[in-house]
Amino acid sequence: MIIQSIKMAMEAISSNKIRSFLTMLGIIIGVIALIVLVSLVGSASDSITDQVNSLGSNLLYVSITDDKGIPMKLDEIEKIALDKEFSAMAPMGQLTAIAQNGHADEVATVYGTTPSYSDIRGLDVDYGRFLRTTDVENSSYVAVLSQDAATELFGKTNIVGERVSLDGRSFLVVGVLAEDTSFMSMMSNRIAAYIPYTVATRMSDSLSGVSTIYASSSNPNSMDGAEEVLNSIMMKRLKGDEDAFSIINQSTIMDAMGSITDILSLLLGGIAAISLLVGGIGIMNIMLVSVTERTKEIGIRKAIGADRSSIMMQFLIEALVISLMGCAIGIVLSWFIIQLATMAADGVVTFTISGGVVGVAVAFSVAIGVVFGIYPAYKAAKKHPIEALRYEG
Amino acid sequence: MVMAAMVGSERMIQLHNVSKIYNVGGQEVRALDRASLTINDGEFVSIVGPSGSGKSTLMNIIGCLDVADSGEYILDSQPIEQYSESELAHIRNRKIGFIFQGFNLLSRLTAEENVELPLIYQRVGSAERRERVAEALKWVELYERRKHKPTELSGGQQQRVAIARALVTRPSLLLADEPTGNLDSKTGDEIMRLFHELHRRGNTIVLITHDIDVANQAERRVHILDGRVQEEAS
Repeated sequence: MIIQSIKMAMEAISSNKIRSFLTMLGIIIGVIALIVLVSLVGSASDSITDQVNSLGSNLLYVSITDDKGIPMKLDEIEKIALDKEFSAMAPMGQLTAIAQNGHADEVATVYGTTPSYSDIRGLDVDYGRFLRTTDVENSSYVAVLSQDAATELFGKTNIVGERVSLDGRSFLVVGVLAEDTSFMSMMSNRIAAYIPYTVATRMSDSLSGVSTIYASSSNPNSMDGAEEVLNSIMMKRLKGDEDAFSIINQSTIMDAMGSITDILSLLLGGIAAISLLVGGIGIMNIMLVSVTERTKEIGIRKAIGADRSSIMMQFLIEALVISLMGCAIGIVLSWFIIQLATMAADGVVTFTISGGVVGVAVAFSVAIGVVFGIYPAYKAAKKHPIEALRYEG
Repeated sequence: MVMAAMVGSERMIQLHNVSKIYNVGGQEVRALDRASLTINDGEFVSIVGPSGSGKSTLMNIIGCLDVADSGEYILDSQPIEQYSESELAHIRNRKIGFIFQGFNLLSRLTAEENVELPLIYQRVGSAERRERVAEALKWVELYERRKHKPTELSGGQQQRVAIARALVTRPSLLLADEPTGNLDSKTGDEIMRLFHELHRRGNTIVLITHDIDVANQAERRVHILDGRVQEEAS
């Protein structure tokens, strides 16, 4: 009987193709919106999470906002770094400078730091080397450039031994970093130079005291110990003022990001669900029209022995078939859109459709078919056979 | 053969003091007034009356499309009482074959699918359905046109498809409502010949008409006027 009802539904749907398609369109658009939006957010957040994780899961980040009039010095950090809870620690001073090589110039982000920074952030060096302790101690004018900085300023990547000018000061290029294709790098300036912290302090007064510290904990599984030690040191150093600094660890960032993407998924999914709901109302509208148009048919079917449940089933299945066909078309189109998005993202992010959201789309479509199909089907089933037979549409 | 006579109760239809009252604009209209009628198994009876005489109401009650307000109706030894609509649908499906003036075929379906429909509602298996549909269509000589839609068939052919649809369930009773009303006289005669053939094979036929010439072809005539049944001695 179900098979027969599906066959009847297909006949009814194909007998009015344009109308059926337009009715489906509401569901198609709703399903596409749901799947594409949720998949885009999900894939993007997955790839960000991956990259944040690849930075090292034991990263701590200290930001000092008020040094109580006593600038934090490099040797202080070196002392703190001796604690066994830390495997590495590096100050970070950031400034913006004009990088020049002959006539080529670019706005570069200059990071003043120490050799440990490379270990903490997992930087890869393609040519030459990263900063050395002696560079910091001697305040040598040496720089490690990002690959983009090298190509933009010199037109090639291996520029070890060349000289680059940062805000008019000449630096010896000692290394070039590997290309950073991560999603994170898209959010910061790709033209970057790393110089000894001691040199950076000469370029900007604001860097005379360290205000940003990167550290990695020696225990890869837990940062709690390292965070505790850092906290107590900072409290002591900053006269017990807990508002003078903040410590952020990787998992805090991940948690925050997780909740943001969750909210985003929910929000976008909710909007998509509303468009599906509108599609459902379209189905109900057309089914009501269809029931009226087919009053005579209902009368004939009843005369030859269709009972209420058969008629009800016929129209309910018709609504379901419309919404499920729309859903199927929507899923296929979503797949194409996601492929296009992946191509457009050019390898930075690989977008994938999650099985979960497809499941939700199918479940939603079924629910919509039933919820919005049931009233028209009930109206059809309830028609009196004699009046229905007499109907001339 | 499809139309083998139903061997069963001697009396196919028994109506006893059946009344049906409609309420039209606050006024009671007695569409049927204590109508009594008995039709035996294998009989070919015509019910004649002008429009508004109550013959449609009588047909609806005999055809289990409606139930009487009072009185007794026994169809094929089954009392038809205040059944639910779905139960009436089952009775129609199994015991009655309808033939209408306007053919009432479903235009989206082919001849074959139209004939198949009552069997689907009987939940007959597809192999048996195919066999019985072919048999019924062959009997009305339209097997070759089984893939045609009603709009591709002439009026006479459409009515023959409708007859095949009525026969395919092997009903106890064939109920025809002005079956020749929409046809020219020549085609109408062809349809009437089919009814005679069905009668000869033992089918019980009730034919409702206002056309005396058509009514006269039946074995027995029943007149209805103002909701009252008047038997005519044959």
